[in-house]
Amino acid sequence: MDHHHDHDHKGLNRREMLGHCAGWAGTAAVYTVAGGVVSSVSLDAALAAGKPAAKAKPFTFVQISDTHIGFDKPANPNVHATALQAVERIKGMAVKPDLILHTGDITHLSKDEQFDDAKQILSGLNIPIFYVPGEHDFLDEGQGKTFLEHYGKGTLGQGWYSFDHNGVHFVALNNVAALKPGGMAHLGDDQIAWLKKDLAGLPASMPIVVFGHIPMWTVYEAWGWGTDDADQALALLRRFGSVTVLNGHIHQILAKVEGNISFHSARSTAYPQPAPGAAPSPGPLKVPTEQLPTMLGIRSAKFVRGNAPIALIDSSFA
Amino acid sequence: MSFLSTVSRLALFAVVAAPAVVSPSQAAVTAAPAKIQRVSIQNFAFSPQVIVVTPGTTVTWTNADEDPHTVVAVDKGFHSAAMDTDESYSFTFTKPGEFAYFCSLHPHMTGKVIVKG
Repeated sequence: MDHHHDHDHKGLNRREMLGHCAGWAGTAAVYTVAGGVVSSVSLDAALAAGKPAAKAKPFTFVQISDTHIGFDKPANPNVHATALQAVERIKGMAVKPDLILHTGDITHLSKDEQFDDAKQILSGLNIPIFYVPGEHDFLDEGQGKTFLEHYGKGTLGQGWYSFDHNGVHFVALNNVAALKPGGMAHLGDDQIAWLKKDLAGLPASMPIVVFGHIPMWTVYEAWGWGTDDADQALALLRRFGSVTVLNGHIHQILAKVEGNISFHSARSTAYPQPAPGAAPSPGPLKVPTEQLPTMLGIRSAKFVRGNAPIALIDSSFA
Repeated sequence: MSFLSTVSRLALFAVVAAPAVVSPSQAAVTAAPAKIQRVSIQNFAFSPQVIVVTPGTTVTWTNADEDPHTVVAVDKGFHSAAMDTDESYSFTFTKPGEFAYFCSLHPHMTGKVIVKG
Protein backbone atom coordinates (compact mmCIF):
# COMPACT_ATOMS: atom_id res chain seq x y z
CA MET A 1 0.00 0.00 0.00
CA ASP A 2 3.03 2.18 0.32
CA HIS A 3 2.83 3.28 -3.28
CA HIS A 4 -0.37 5.09 -2.38
CA HIS A 5 1.71 7.35 -0.16
CA ASP A 6 3.76 8.57 -3.05
CA HIS A 7 2.46 12.02 -3.81
CA ASP A 8 4.46 12.15 -6.99
CA HIS A 9 3.40 8.79 -8.32
CA LYS A 10 3.42 9.04 -12.09
CA GLY A 11 0.02 8.97 -13.74
CA LEU A 12 -1.76 9.49 -10.46
CA ASN A 13 -3.21 12.96 -10.27
CA ARG A 14 -4.24 14.64 -7.04
CA ARG A 15 -7.89 13.69 -7.37
CA GLU A 16 -7.09 10.05 -7.96
CA MET A 17 -4.57 10.17 -5.16
CA LEU A 18 -7.19 11.58 -2.82
CA GLY A 19 -9.43 8.72 -3.83
CA HIS A 20 -6.68 6.38 -2.70
CA CYS A 21 -6.48 8.27 0.59
CA ALA A 22 -9.49 6.26 1.72
CA GLY A 23 -7.15 3.29 1.51
CA TRP A 24 -4.14 4.62 3.35
CA ALA A 25 -6.17 6.33 6.02
CA GLY A 26 -8.05 3.15 6.73
CA THR A 27 -11.37 4.95 6.99
CA ALA A 28 -14.67 3.63 5.80
CA ALA A 29 -15.31 6.63 3.65
CA VAL A 30 -16.61 7.25 0.18
CA TYR A 31 -14.82 10.12 -1.54
CA THR A 32 -16.69 12.11 -4.09
CA VAL A 33 -15.15 14.64 -6.43
CA ALA A 34 -17.02 17.39 -8.19
CA GLY A 35 -15.61 20.44 -9.91
CA GLY A 36 -12.25 20.15 -8.24
CA VAL A 37 -13.83 20.01 -4.80
CA VAL A 38 -13.24 16.81 -2.95
CA SER A 39 -15.65 15.90 -0.21
CA SER A 40 -16.06 12.77 1.81
CA VAL A 41 -19.20 11.15 3.01
CA SER A 42 -18.93 8.51 5.69
CA LEU A 43 -20.16 5.12 4.66
CA ASP A 44 -22.73 5.18 7.48
CA ALA A 45 -24.13 8.43 6.20
CA ALA A 46 -24.16 7.16 2.66
CA LEU A 47 -26.16 4.12 3.75
CA ALA A 48 -28.53 5.98 6.07
CA ALA A 49 -29.18 9.13 4.09
CA GLY A 50 -30.06 12.12 6.25
CA LYS A 51 -27.51 11.41 8.95
CA PRO A 52 -24.85 14.10 9.28
CA ALA A 53 -21.91 13.39 7.03
CA ALA A 54 -18.23 13.16 7.85
CA LYS A 55 -17.60 11.42 11.13
CA ALA A 56 -14.54 12.87 12.72
CA LYS A 57 -11.86 10.42 13.73
CA PRO A 58 -8.69 11.23 15.71
CA PHE A 59 -5.49 11.56 13.73
CA THR A 60 -2.18 13.41 13.65
CA PHE A 61 -0.71 15.57 10.95
CA VAL A 62 2.41 17.68 10.60
CA GLN A 63 3.17 21.18 9.34
CA ILE A 64 6.58 22.02 7.93
CA SER A 65 7.43 25.37 6.42
CA ASP A 66 9.99 27.57 4.71
CA THR A 67 12.57 24.94 3.82
CA HIS A 68 14.17 27.53 1.43
CA ILE A 69 16.13 24.90 -0.48
CA GLY A 70 18.92 26.75 -2.31
CA PHE A 71 19.56 29.37 0.39
CA ASP A 72 23.28 29.45 1.27
CA LYS A 73 23.87 32.67 3.23
CA PRO A 74 25.46 32.93 6.72
CA ALA A 75 22.09 32.67 8.50
CA ASN A 76 22.21 28.98 7.52
CA PRO A 77 24.73 27.77 4.94
CA ASN A 78 23.21 24.26 4.92
CA VAL A 79 19.42 24.34 4.58
CA HIS A 80 19.55 20.89 2.97
CA ALA A 81 20.78 19.45 6.26
CA THR A 82 18.20 21.25 8.39
CA ALA A 83 15.41 20.08 6.06
CA LEU A 84 16.70 16.54 6.60
CA GLN A 85 16.52 17.18 10.34
CA ALA A 86 12.81 17.87 9.90
CA VAL A 87 12.47 14.54 8.09
CA GLU A 88 14.24 12.73 10.92
CA ARG A 89 12.01 14.43 13.51
CA ILE A 90 8.90 13.30 11.65
CA LYS A 91 10.26 9.75 11.30
CA GLY A 92 10.85 9.72 15.04
CA MET A 93 7.29 10.63 15.99
CA ALA A 94 5.55 8.12 18.24
CA VAL A 95 2.47 8.15 16.01
CA LYS A 96 3.05 8.27 12.29
CA PRO A 97 1.23 11.34 10.93
CA ASP A 98 -1.47 10.74 8.33
CA LEU A 99 -0.34 13.69 6.23
CA ILE A 100 2.03 16.65 6.05
CA LEU A 101 1.27 20.24 5.10
CA HIS A 102 4.12 22.28 3.63
CA THR A 103 3.23 25.95 4.01
CA GLY A 104 5.49 27.29 1.29
CA ASP A 105 8.90 28.70 0.44
CA ILE A 106 9.85 25.17 -0.43
CA THR A 107 12.70 26.68 -2.45
CA HIS A 108 14.63 29.92 -2.18
CA LEU A 109 14.65 30.89 -5.87
CA SER A 110 12.00 28.73 -7.63
CA LYS A 111 14.66 26.79 -9.53
CA ASP A 112 13.88 23.38 -10.96
CA GLU A 113 16.83 21.77 -9.21
CA GLN A 114 15.75 23.30 -5.89
CA PHE A 115 12.26 21.82 -6.25
CA ASP A 116 13.87 18.49 -7.17
CA ASP A 117 16.15 18.61 -4.13
CA ALA A 118 13.19 19.37 -1.85
CA LYS A 119 11.28 16.42 -3.30
CA GLN A 120 14.25 14.14 -2.85
CA ILE A 121 14.68 15.19 0.80
CA LEU A 122 11.02 14.71 1.66
CA SER A 123 10.47 11.55 -0.38
CA GLY A 124 12.02 9.51 2.41
CA LEU A 125 8.95 10.08 4.55
CA ASN A 126 6.39 8.04 2.60
CA ILE A 127 3.63 10.27 3.89
CA PRO A 128 1.36 12.32 1.59
CA ILE A 129 2.52 15.95 1.50
CA PHE A 130 0.22 18.81 0.55
CA TYR A 131 1.90 22.01 -0.65
CA VAL A 132 1.08 25.67 -1.03
CA PRO A 133 3.56 28.08 -2.64
CA GLY A 134 5.44 30.87 -0.91
CA GLU A 135 6.60 33.96 -2.79
CA HIS A 136 10.02 32.32 -3.15
CA ASP A 137 8.33 29.50 -5.09
CA PHE A 138 6.67 31.98 -7.45
CA LEU A 139 9.59 34.14 -8.55
CA ASP A 140 10.54 32.37 -11.77
CA GLU A 141 10.02 34.22 -15.05
CA GLY A 142 6.77 32.30 -15.51
CA GLN A 143 5.54 33.63 -12.12
CA GLY A 144 4.74 30.27 -10.60
CA LYS A 145 4.93 28.12 -13.72
CA THR A 146 7.75 25.99 -12.30
CA PHE A 147 5.94 25.47 -8.98
CA LEU A 148 2.72 24.52 -10.78
CA GLU A 149 4.61 22.06 -12.99
CA HIS A 150 5.90 20.35 -9.86
CA TYR A 151 2.89 20.58 -7.57
CA GLY A 152 -0.06 21.95 -9.51
CA LYS A 153 -1.56 18.73 -10.78
CA GLY A 154 -5.22 18.50 -9.83
CA THR A 155 -5.27 21.98 -8.29
CA LEU A 156 -7.26 24.98 -9.43
CA GLY A 157 -6.27 28.50 -10.49
CA GLN A 158 -2.83 29.33 -9.12
CA GLY A 159 -2.63 26.12 -7.11
CA TRP A 160 -5.50 26.18 -4.63
CA TYR A 161 -7.51 23.09 -3.65
CA SER A 162 -9.28 21.36 -0.81
CA PHE A 163 -9.65 17.84 0.50
CA ASP A 164 -11.19 15.98 3.39
CA HIS A 165 -9.47 13.71 5.81
CA ASN A 166 -11.16 11.83 8.67
CA GLY A 167 -13.96 14.37 8.87
CA VAL A 168 -11.71 17.45 8.71
CA HIS A 169 -11.89 19.76 5.70
CA PHE A 170 -8.48 21.06 4.58
CA VAL A 171 -8.27 24.16 2.37
CA ALA A 172 -5.01 25.09 0.60
CA LEU A 173 -4.77 28.74 -0.40
CA ASN A 174 -2.25 30.65 -2.49
CA ASN A 175 -1.77 34.23 -1.30
CA VAL A 176 1.50 34.95 -3.12
CA ALA A 177 0.34 35.31 -6.75
CA ALA A 178 -0.31 38.64 -8.48
CA LEU A 179 0.56 40.86 -5.54
CA LYS A 180 -0.42 44.51 -5.84
CA PRO A 181 1.90 47.50 -5.36
CA GLY A 182 1.74 48.94 -1.87
CA GLY A 183 -0.28 45.99 -0.60
CA MET A 184 0.36 42.87 1.41
CA ALA A 185 -0.36 39.27 0.43
CA HIS A 186 -3.44 38.79 -1.69
CA LEU A 187 -5.94 35.99 -2.36
CA GLY A 188 -7.81 37.57 -5.27
CA ASP A 189 -11.47 37.47 -6.27
CA ASP A 190 -11.26 34.18 -8.19
CA GLN A 191 -9.86 32.29 -5.24
CA ILE A 192 -12.35 33.83 -2.80
CA ALA A 193 -15.24 32.97 -5.15
CA TRP A 194 -13.97 29.40 -5.29
CA LEU A 195 -13.63 29.28 -1.49
CA LYS A 196 -17.23 30.39 -1.11
CA LYS A 197 -18.40 27.51 -3.31
CA ASP A 198 -16.03 25.09 -1.63
CA LEU A 199 -17.37 25.82 1.86
CA ALA A 200 -21.01 26.28 0.89
CA GLY A 201 -22.17 22.69 1.33
CA LEU A 202 -20.31 21.95 4.54
CA PRO A 203 -22.00 21.67 7.94
CA ALA A 204 -20.89 24.28 10.49
CA SER A 205 -19.82 21.43 12.76
CA MET A 206 -17.14 20.32 10.34
CA PRO A 207 -13.65 21.25 11.56
CA ILE A 208 -11.74 23.32 9.00
CA VAL A 209 -7.99 23.63 8.52
CA VAL A 210 -6.89 26.43 6.19
CA PHE A 211 -3.24 26.59 5.16
CA GLY A 212 -1.39 29.22 3.16
CA HIS A 213 2.04 30.83 3.16
CA ILE A 214 1.69 34.43 4.35
CA PRO A 215 -0.26 35.12 7.57
CA MET A 216 -3.99 35.55 7.08
CA TRP A 217 -4.09 38.11 9.87
CA THR A 218 -2.12 41.33 9.93
CA VAL A 219 0.98 40.55 11.95
CA TYR A 220 2.96 43.63 10.85
CA GLU A 221 1.77 45.74 7.96
CA ALA A 222 5.03 47.70 7.51
CA TRP A 223 6.75 44.43 6.57
CA GLY A 224 3.86 43.17 4.46
CA TRP A 225 3.11 40.44 7.02
CA GLY A 226 -0.58 40.04 6.37
CA THR A 227 -3.13 39.39 3.61
CA ASP A 228 -5.00 42.44 2.39
CA ASP A 229 -8.22 40.64 1.39
CA ALA A 230 -8.15 37.99 4.14
CA ASP A 231 -11.30 39.46 5.72
CA GLN A 232 -13.37 38.25 2.78
CA ALA A 233 -12.11 34.73 3.27
CA LEU A 234 -12.52 34.87 7.06
CA ALA A 235 -16.13 36.06 6.66
CA LEU A 236 -16.85 32.76 4.89
CA LEU A 237 -15.21 30.79 7.70
CA ARG A 238 -16.87 32.44 10.73
CA ARG A 239 -19.93 30.16 10.77
CA PHE A 240 -17.78 27.10 11.44
CA GLY A 241 -17.27 25.92 15.00
CA SER A 242 -13.57 25.16 14.63
CA VAL A 243 -11.25 26.85 12.16
CA THR A 244 -7.46 26.50 12.33
CA VAL A 245 -5.43 28.72 10.00
CA LEU A 246 -1.80 27.67 9.51
CA ASN A 247 0.89 29.72 7.79
CA GLY A 248 4.64 30.12 7.42
CA HIS A 249 6.54 33.07 5.90
CA ILE A 250 7.61 34.83 9.08
CA HIS A 251 9.82 31.99 10.38
CA GLN A 252 8.61 32.20 13.98
CA ILE A 253 5.77 31.03 16.15
CA LEU A 254 2.96 33.51 16.57
CA ALA A 255 -0.71 32.91 17.30
CA LYS A 256 -3.94 34.78 17.51
CA VAL A 257 -7.48 33.73 18.32
CA GLU A 258 -10.48 35.49 16.85
CA GLY A 259 -13.77 33.87 17.87
CA ASN A 260 -13.73 30.30 16.55
CA ILE A 261 -10.80 31.02 14.26
CA SER A 262 -7.26 30.47 15.50
CA PHE A 263 -4.21 31.60 13.52
CA HIS A 264 -0.78 30.02 13.88
CA SER A 265 2.46 30.81 12.11
CA ALA A 266 5.19 28.19 12.19
CA ARG A 267 8.95 28.05 12.44
CA SER A 268 11.07 27.57 9.35
CA THR A 269 13.39 24.62 8.91
CA ALA A 270 15.96 26.98 7.31
CA TYR A 271 16.61 30.22 9.22
CA PRO A 272 14.92 32.57 11.69
CA GLN A 273 13.65 36.09 11.01
CA PRO A 274 13.42 39.01 13.44
CA ALA A 275 10.32 39.54 15.56
CA PRO A 276 7.94 42.07 13.99
CA GLY A 277 9.55 45.52 14.12
CA ALA A 278 12.61 44.27 16.02
CA ALA A 279 14.97 45.05 13.10
CA PRO A 280 15.14 47.60 10.27
CA SER A 281 13.63 44.98 7.95
CA PRO A 282 12.57 41.34 7.73
CA GLY A 283 14.96 38.82 6.20
CA PRO A 284 17.37 36.08 7.29
CA LEU A 285 18.53 36.58 10.88
CA LYS A 286 22.05 35.45 11.71
CA VAL A 287 22.22 34.02 15.21
CA PRO A 288 25.10 32.23 16.99
CA THR A 289 25.50 28.74 15.49
CA GLU A 290 24.57 26.97 18.72
CA GLN A 291 21.38 29.00 18.93
CA LEU A 292 20.14 28.18 15.43
CA PRO A 293 18.56 24.77 16.24
CA THR A 294 16.40 26.42 18.92
CA MET A 295 14.88 28.68 16.29
CA LEU A 296 14.11 26.05 13.64
CA GLY A 297 11.54 23.30 13.87
CA ILE A 298 8.37 21.54 12.85
CA ARG A 299 4.81 21.44 14.19
CA SER A 300 2.64 18.45 14.87
CA ALA A 301 -1.12 18.70 15.13
CA LYS A 302 -3.46 16.29 16.82
CA PHE A 303 -7.08 16.31 15.90
CA VAL A 304 -9.33 14.69 18.47
CA ARG A 305 -12.91 15.50 17.65
CA GLY A 306 -15.55 18.03 16.78
CA ASN A 307 -15.13 21.56 18.03
CA ALA A 308 -12.26 20.83 20.39
CA PRO A 309 -9.31 22.92 19.20
CA ILE A 310 -6.68 21.01 17.25
CA ALA A 311 -3.75 20.51 19.61
CA LEU A 312 -0.60 21.98 18.09
CA ILE A 313 2.86 21.12 19.36
CA ASP A 314 5.83 23.05 18.04
CA SER A 315 9.17 21.32 18.46
CA SER A 316 12.51 22.91 17.72
CA PHE A 317 15.58 21.06 16.46
CA ALA A 318 17.42 21.79 19.71
CA MET B 1 34.26 57.18 -7.90
CA SER B 2 35.11 60.45 -9.64
CA PHE B 3 31.83 60.08 -11.47
CA LEU B 4 29.90 60.02 -8.19
CA SER B 5 31.69 63.09 -6.91
CA THR B 6 30.72 64.81 -10.16
CA VAL B 7 27.13 63.92 -9.41
CA SER B 8 27.47 65.33 -5.90
CA ARG B 9 29.01 68.56 -7.19
CA LEU B 10 26.28 68.94 -9.77
CA ALA B 11 23.63 68.34 -7.14
CA LEU B 12 25.31 70.86 -4.86
CA PHE B 13 25.50 73.32 -7.72
CA ALA B 14 21.77 72.88 -8.37
CA VAL B 15 21.02 73.63 -4.72
CA VAL B 16 23.27 76.71 -4.68
CA ALA B 17 22.08 77.99 -8.03
CA ALA B 18 18.39 77.68 -7.29
CA PRO B 19 17.91 77.89 -3.54
CA ALA B 20 14.43 79.34 -3.90
CA VAL B 21 12.94 76.17 -5.37
CA VAL B 22 14.48 73.67 -2.96
CA SER B 23 12.10 72.93 -0.11
CA PRO B 24 12.82 70.39 2.63
CA SER B 25 10.48 67.86 1.00
CA GLN B 26 12.27 68.21 -2.32
CA ALA B 27 15.59 67.81 -0.58
CA ALA B 28 14.62 64.17 0.06
CA VAL B 29 14.40 63.67 -3.69
CA THR B 30 17.71 63.07 -5.42
CA ALA B 31 18.00 65.36 -8.41
CA ALA B 32 20.86 64.07 -10.49
CA PRO B 33 21.07 65.20 -14.10
CA ALA B 34 23.25 62.22 -14.93
CA LYS B 35 22.87 59.52 -17.54
CA ILE B 36 23.38 56.73 -15.04
CA GLN B 37 21.57 56.49 -11.76
CA ARG B 38 21.96 53.80 -9.15
CA VAL B 39 19.27 52.61 -6.75
CA SER B 40 20.18 50.32 -3.90
CA ILE B 41 17.78 47.72 -2.54
CA GLN B 42 18.56 47.38 1.12
CA ASN B 43 16.58 46.44 4.21
CA PHE B 44 13.52 45.80 2.07
CA ALA B 45 13.49 49.35 0.68
CA PHE B 46 14.51 51.15 -2.50
CA SER B 47 17.10 53.84 -1.80
CA PRO B 48 16.63 56.54 -2.92
CA GLN B 49 12.95 55.76 -3.04
CA VAL B 50 12.26 58.54 -5.55
CA ILE B 51 14.74 59.65 -8.19
CA VAL B 52 14.53 62.38 -10.79
CA VAL B 53 16.41 61.76 -14.04
CA THR B 54 16.63 63.16 -17.55
CA PRO B 55 15.46 61.20 -20.62
CA GLY B 56 18.05 58.68 -21.75
CA THR B 57 19.16 57.86 -18.21
CA THR B 58 19.86 54.25 -17.36
CA VAL B 59 18.76 53.31 -13.87
CA THR B 60 20.51 50.35 -12.25
CA TRP B 61 19.01 48.64 -9.23
CA THR B 62 21.28 46.42 -7.12
CA ASN B 63 20.04 44.08 -4.42
CA ALA B 64 22.09 44.33 -1.22
CA ASP B 65 19.68 42.17 0.80
CA GLU B 66 19.97 38.44 1.51
CA ASP B 67 16.40 38.06 0.28
CA PRO B 68 15.62 38.20 -3.44
CA HIS B 69 13.74 41.21 -4.78
CA THR B 70 12.26 42.38 -8.08
CA VAL B 71 11.66 45.70 -9.78
CA VAL B 72 8.28 45.77 -11.54
CA ALA B 73 6.63 48.84 -13.08
CA VAL B 74 3.09 49.40 -11.90
CA ASP B 75 2.11 50.01 -15.55
CA LYS B 76 4.05 46.83 -16.53
CA GLY B 77 6.38 48.92 -18.74
CA PHE B 78 9.48 47.21 -17.34
CA HIS B 79 10.26 44.37 -14.99
CA SER B 80 13.30 42.53 -13.71
CA ALA B 81 13.76 38.88 -12.99
CA ALA B 82 14.22 38.02 -9.32
CA MET B 83 17.54 39.45 -8.17
CA ASP B 84 19.46 37.49 -5.58
CA THR B 85 22.09 39.15 -3.38
CA ASP B 86 24.40 41.52 -5.35
CA GLU B 87 22.51 41.03 -8.61
CA SER B 88 21.47 44.04 -10.68
CA TYR B 89 18.88 45.11 -13.19
CA SER B 90 19.02 48.13 -15.51
CA PHE B 91 16.42 49.97 -17.52
CA THR B 92 16.87 53.05 -19.71
CA PHE B 93 14.16 55.69 -19.47
CA THR B 94 13.65 57.49 -22.78
CA LYS B 95 10.35 59.32 -22.28
CA PRO B 96 9.38 61.92 -19.67
CA GLY B 97 6.87 60.84 -17.08
CA GLU B 98 6.47 59.34 -13.64
CA PHE B 99 7.13 55.62 -13.39
CA ALA B 100 5.99 53.97 -10.18
CA TYR B 101 7.41 50.53 -9.46
CA PHE B 102 7.39 47.94 -6.69
CA CYS B 103 8.87 44.60 -5.64
CA SER B 104 6.44 41.92 -6.76
CA LEU B 105 7.65 39.62 -3.97
CA HIS B 106 7.31 42.22 -1.20
CA PRO B 107 4.71 44.64 -2.58
CA HIS B 108 5.02 47.01 0.37
CA MET B 109 8.34 48.00 -1.22
CA THR B 110 7.60 50.82 -3.65
CA GLY B 111 9.62 53.41 -5.55
CA LYS B 112 9.34 55.94 -8.32
CA VAL B 113 11.43 57.21 -11.22
CA ILE B 114 10.53 60.71 -12.40
CA VAL B 115 11.84 61.46 -15.88
CA LYS B 116 11.95 65.19 -16.63
CA GLY B 117 12.89 66.54 -20.05
